[in-house]
Amino acid sequence: MSAHVRADRDVCIGAGNCVMTLARVFDQDDDGVVVVLDEHPDGEDPELLQRAVVMCPSGAITVTTT
Amino acid sequence: MADVLTDRLPLFPFRSPDDDPFTPVTAADRRRLDGPVTRVRLPTGGWTWLVTRHADVKQMLRSDAFSADMTRPGFPLLRTPPPATPQNRRGGFIRMDGEEHLRLRRMLTAEFMIKNVRRIEPHIGDVVDGALDALVAAGPPADLVATFALPVPSLVICHLLGVPYSDHAFFQQRSAIMLDQSADPLAVRDAATSLRAYLGGLIETKRTSGNPGDDLLGRLVSDRVRTGELEIGELIGMALLLLIAGHETTANMIGLSVLLLLQRPAVWQRLRDGGDAEADTLVEELLRYLTIVRTGLPRQAIRDVQIGGRLIRAGEPATALLSLANRDDDVFDDADGFDPYRQAHQHLAFGFGVHQCIGQPLARAELRIALTRLARRLPGLSLAADPAQLPKRDMSIVYGLAELPVTW
Repeated sequence: MSAHVRADRDVCIGAGNCVMTLARVFDQDDDGVVVVLDEHPDGEDPELLQRAVVMCPSGAITVTTT
Repeated sequence: MADVLTDRLPLFPFRSPDDDPFTPVTAADRRRLDGPVTRVRLPTGGWTWLVTRHADVKQMLRSDAFSADMTRPGFPLLRTPPPATPQNRRGGFIRMDGEEHLRLRRMLTAEFMIKNVRRIEPHIGDVVDGALDALVAAGPPADLVATFALPVPSLVICHLLGVPYSDHAFFQQRSAIMLDQSADPLAVRDAATSLRAYLGGLIETKRTSGNPGDDLLGRLVSDRVRTGELEIGELIGMALLLLIAGHETTANMIGLSVLLLLQRPAVWQRLRDGGDAEADTLVEELLRYLTIVRTGLPRQAIRDVQIGGRLIRAGEPATALLSLANRDDDVFDDADGFDPYRQAHQHLAFGFGVHQCIGQPLARAELRIALTRLARRLPGLSLAADPAQLPKRDMSIVYGLAELPVTW
């Protein structure tokens, strides 16, 4: 099982919930827009990855598991 | 939209002045709701679909089938709007939709992101310590709302924006009118007009000086106004929004949180002795449990949409009731109970969707620092009044305590 994290920077509104949830995987650039630091965060708690998805207010984050 | 049937609907916002401040909707009012998406009557004569389940509120607030523009005919209003003053609405991006909203919001996003809030945490700590020093110097008893809960976030947002705190009596009085559901429409208009004139003067001084200053308004003048991206009238509206939202909300969260914590000595002690991680968990539960925007978030459907099994038709009004969504047993076990150990992160106290509170990292930091330092500095703090008799802000869009008498 490997997770693939993607973020839609056009949809992001910069609320920062993902950074609060998982700062090892998500960051915000100088404009406050989401940046994925680690697209394949193997070993990261799947529950926290899922939390980043459901807490994103704009629906910018997707995590697919393969 | 008023009709014969509307008269029989329950009146919203729900009000029961004698009730305890930790029950956002009484059992009696809950019983009158005949479903998770149900019609209620508004004080302005119309009605709105009241959306109360967590999942439905999230879906509604994230959907682009709803508009937040309160100037649309049929929008669910809690009070009669002031006479048309379009210039008073410029820059007020919480009432805009789509690209128009995003354009202004995105100019502010970086200012409030977690890493920039961390940078000002030492300043927040200094502000909190300063308020505590003054409290201790004056000695007990004290009204904690006037001496701590209100000045702390007010000082912080003034510093951040570049607004002189010495003018706080002026802007606090006017922002209270703007949030008062029972205020006269003309008084609301006058309050908005005078606050805009005041902020316009500050911005003009920054614009015409060689150095606009290293604060949020100064940076927007340098980076956005001078480049032609942002008009002065828009910046004034953004400043007004941040000034009001930046202190009223956190102030009322602090007041209600302290009232709750003083009645739970074990939690108070844990706050005093625990670390930041425990305080952060506690703050999330306080946000969930207290949900100070009790009147919910108003919207209007711009196309037909299904919410919670109901068809909401284009043009119909809907209100997302955050306080009940945060008491949804499907998401939070024993949702009406306060549990400081609970993982409450899914709460909707900051709203959801593209309008979710832009200042939430700042609010979280202020609450953690203010409550922790208060508990450490004044561990013997106690109520100096009957909690059942405390005056509440029942008519304000932002619920809270008008006073909190304490001693130590």
